Amino acid sequence: MHDVATAHDDSKGQYFWVWGALLVLTAIEVVLGYKQVFSPVRMLEVLLILSVIKSALIIGYFMHLKFETALMRWLLVMSVVACFIIMYFFFFPDADRVQPPPNGVGIVQGS
Amino acid sequence: MAEATLEHDAVQHGLPGAYEAPLFGAYSKKVGMWLFLASDSLTFGALLFAFSYNRIYTNPWPTPFHAESIANATVMTACLLSSSLTMVLGVFAAQRHDRAWTRNWLFATMIFGTAFIVLHGMEWSKLIGEGLTVPGFMSLLGVSAPSSSGELAEISKNVPQFPQAFFGLTAMHMLHVTIGVIYLGVIAFRKWFLPALALIWIACAFLIPAGNVFHYPVHVLGLGLLLAAIIVFLKPKDYDAHDVEVCGLYWHFVDLVWMFIFPLVYLMSTKVS
Repeated sequence: MHDVATAHDDSKGQYFWVWGALLVLTAIEVVLGYKQVFSPVRMLEVLLILSVIKSALIIGYFMHLKFETALMRWLLVMSVVACFIIMYFFFFPDADRVQPPPNGVGIVQGS
Repeated sequence: MAEATLEHDAVQHGLPGAYEAPLFGAYSKKVGMWLFLASDSLTFGALLFAFSYNRIYTNPWPTPFHAESIANATVMTACLLSSSLTMVLGVFAAQRHDRAWTRNWLFATMIFGTAFIVLHGMEWSKLIGEGLTVPGFMSLLGVSAPSSSGELAEISKNVPQFPQAFFGLTAMHMLHVTIGVIYLGVIAFRKWFLPALALIWIACAFLIPAGNVFHYPVHVLGLGLLLAAIIVFLKPKDYDAHDVEVCGLYWHFVDLVWMFIFPLVYLMSTKVS
């Protein structure tokens, strides 16, 4: 016989720290976005990295996934990430496709 | 800071008559909500990929968001992040069996969520008034003729991908936030929430003018009222800590999605003046 308990001890204080960290990361994003210190592609990469960190904090602490069983953690995260990887390969090679602009003016793709 | 403990029911097996422990070590409602959220994340993932596709494919991409819009979106983000904190405190209170504080924290979460919806609605109305529209679609909603000149009207004319992606993505998220606020209301106040929701729906239906983009969509509150009434009358129980925790999972997910929409949609389309 064994217990399948998911009991854990954690203090409320850590949630205030996580909330503070999320606000600080948001402030950094706003400053980076508004000052536009990077090129658009580099900016996209930096903002996405910050967003992934923020989402990890939300999923891990606020949604308590950090405290769930390893099986549940890995199965949920890996299945969703796998779907996103498939979407990436489905969408993005085509996004860079170079086509002649209509009438030679206006929208230019793939630059 | 007071220490608090999160405890889930321990499930034992191996005893005669005892049921087998669940595979994930969690109760079924929670696993069900996680599976729903995993599937919903693919919905938002597809929309965000479509937005990013347009962003890469279209050059030059419009940058219509001035400092005022960014400040507004930053306050909206702070509202959602703060609502996640109050939601966590609500879950703690529910696990202490403190009904009064559970209700108070859930109500605070609803206030932050409602503030988000109102700020977002005001921003939508402003952008549409200045000419950012989806051609053909706005007339279906009975939106009065927006400005046909100016920066945003030019964007709608020359780069229709931008308003389509912007409104599609943010409308989907706003719908999720609205459902979340109704869900929180049902969990916190049960049947007492229904007359309040009915009053809000009727008030909004009368107060939002006919030319506004939300004049017809506000009736989603009526649909929410109907569904909430069916759920409350079919299961007129006192919602416990598990229900509050599952509701919290949904609410945090709504917050999580915004953490990607905010930088991708707003910050990547910022106009530096």
